[in-house]
Amino acid sequence: MTTTNTAAPAATATSTLDLAGVSRWYGNVVAVNNVSMSLGAGVTGLLGPNGAGKTTLLHMMAGFLAPSRGEVTLDGRPTWRNPEVYRRLGLVSEREAVHSFLTAYEFVLATAKLHRLPDPPAAARRAIDLVEMADAQDRRIGTYSKGMRQRTRVAAALVHDPQVLLLDEPFNGMDPRQRLHMMELLHALGDEGRTILFSSHILEEVEQVSGTVQVMVAGRLAASGDFRTIRRLMTNRPHVFAIRSTDDRALAVALMAEASVTGVELGRDGLTVRAGDYGAFTRVLPKVALARGVRVRHLIPEDESLESVFSYLVEA
Amino acid sequence: MSTVSWITVRGLFGRRRFLLLLPLPVLLVTLAVLARGLGVAPADWGPPVLVGLGLAVVLPVVALIVGTGVLGAEIDDGTVVHVLTTPLPRWQIVLPKLAVAAGVTAVTVAVPLFAAGLLADSVRLGVALVLAASAGALAYSALFVAASLLTRRPVLLGLVYVLIWEGLLSNVISGTRVLSIQHYVIALADRLAPTDLLGTTVSVSVAAVMTALIIIAFTLLAVNRLRSFSVAGETS
Repeated sequence: MTTTNTAAPAATATSTLDLAGVSRWYGNVVAVNNVSMSLGAGVTGLLGPNGAGKTTLLHMMAGFLAPSRGEVTLDGRPTWRNPEVYRRLGLVSEREAVHSFLTAYEFVLATAKLHRLPDPPAAARRAIDLVEMADAQDRRIGTYSKGMRQRTRVAAALVHDPQVLLLDEPFNGMDPRQRLHMMELLHALGDEGRTILFSSHILEEVEQVSGTVQVMVAGRLAASGDFRTIRRLMTNRPHVFAIRSTDDRALAVALMAEASVTGVELGRDGLTVRAGDYGAFTRVLPKVALARGVRVRHLIPEDESLESVFSYLVEA
Repeated sequence: MSTVSWITVRGLFGRRRFLLLLPLPVLLVTLAVLARGLGVAPADWGPPVLVGLGLAVVLPVVALIVGTGVLGAEIDDGTVVHVLTTPLPRWQIVLPKLAVAAGVTAVTVAVPLFAAGLLADSVRLGVALVLAASAGALAYSALFVAASLLTRRPVLLGLVYVLIWEGLLSNVISGTRVLSIQHYVIALADRLAPTDLLGTTVSVSVAAVMTALIIIAFTLLAVNRLRSFSVAGETS
C-alpha cells in the first residue's frame, strides 16, 4: 500500500521573469532606458541610487506600469494587463499603505480569499507565522510600527505561495532584528527555488542578502550578475589588495618588478598593492613570495565589496 | 458579501469622510419638518426642498462622497494595490465597489427623501422619490467610480459636473438636461407619482434609457481603466 503526501507543495517549478529592451519615459524624461534581463530562481538585489529607475522597473515587472517600449513577461506571458500573473507573483510595494482599519489576520485572510485559495484561514496563518506576526495578528494594523506593517504586507504578498516575489525597499523601517529575520526569510525563499527580487539603495542590505545584483544607474542597467565577478571584469580599474607578510619591504620590491602590478604602497600595517590584472596577480604573488622566502600572512582584496563596485559603476 | 465589498464597506465606514454624509440628509428632513410644522403650503416649500435641495444637492453630493470614496480613496492612499495584485478579473473589483457605492448612497438619501415626500404630499411621492433616487444613485455612482479612474481629482471633476453642468447649465440651457442625471431622477419620480411639485422637462423614456446607458457605459469604462491601472513612478 502506498501513501500520498498531500502537504503543501514546495516551490519546485521555477518561474522566470524576463525583460526585453524595456524602456519607460514620462514626457521627455527617460526613467528606464532599454533594460534587458532575465531573473530566475534565487535572490537578486536591484541596486541603484535614488532616482535610478528601480521603482519604475519594479512597477513594470509587477504589471503596474506599461513599458513605453519593450516587453516584460513572466514565464512567457506579459505582466501588463494580465491579472493572471498574480497567481505566481507577489508584490511588496514601497508605499506603506495598508488597510489600517483591519487586523493583520483580517488583512492577510482577505488577501487569501481574493486569491480564491482553497483554505484561506490556513494560508493566512501560515503566511503570518512566516513573518513572525502571530502574536500581534489580532491588533489593528493602524497600531503597528513601521516594521510590523512591512512584515504584514510581506505576509499578504506570500499568502498564495508565489513563485516570484518582488519587494521594493523591503527593509525600510525595520529594526536590526527584524531586518535580519527578513534577510533570512528572503534567503530561505530563494533557496526553495523562488525568484526573489528586492530593490534597495543600501549597499550593506544587498551585500548581505544577495551576491547577484542588477545595478541601475540613471535609468540604465549598468551591470548584472555576481558583484565580485562584475568587479573582476572592470579591467580598467586596478584591483586593490591589502597584504601583510613576514617582510613587507622585500615583497614590495619584488612585486614592483611584476607586469601585473601597477602600484605598491608600503605602510605601517603592511602593503597596499594595485594590480591591473586580477588573475595574473593572484598567480604571481605566491611565486614571488616563495622566491624571496617571504611568508604571506594576510591577503584581502580591498575593493571587491559591493560598495566599491557600485561606486565605480556610478562614477563611470 | 464578497471580500471586495467587505473591504470597501470597512474602508468607507472606517474613514472620517463618512461623517460628511450626515449633515445634508439631516438638513433636508429638518427643513421639511419645519415647513410642515409652520403650515407653509407644500406648493411653496416642496419644489425648493424636494428638488432644489433633495435631488439637486443631497443625492449628487452624497453619491460624490461615497462614489469617489470606494475606489478613489484607495487609489489615493495606495491600498488599491493590495486588491489589484490578485488574479481577480477587474470587473469583479469594479462591480462590488459600484454596488456598495450605489447601495450606501441610496440608503443615505432614501430616508430623508421619503420623509420629505411624505410631508410634502403622500406616501406615493415618498416611495417614488426613493425609487427614482436609487436609480440616480446607481448612475451617479457609476459616473464617480469611473471618474476615480480617469483623473487624480475625481471630487473636483464631480463637483464641476454637479454644480456647473447640472446646477447651472441645465437650468439655463435646456438642451443640457438630456445629459443630466438629476433631471432623469426628477422625470422618473414624476412618472411614478405625478405631482406639480416636481417640474420635469425630460421625457420618461429618455430618462430611463439615458440612466441605463450612463450606468453601463461608465461601468465598462471603469473596468477598462482598472485593467490598465498604473502606479505612478516615484523615481523620476
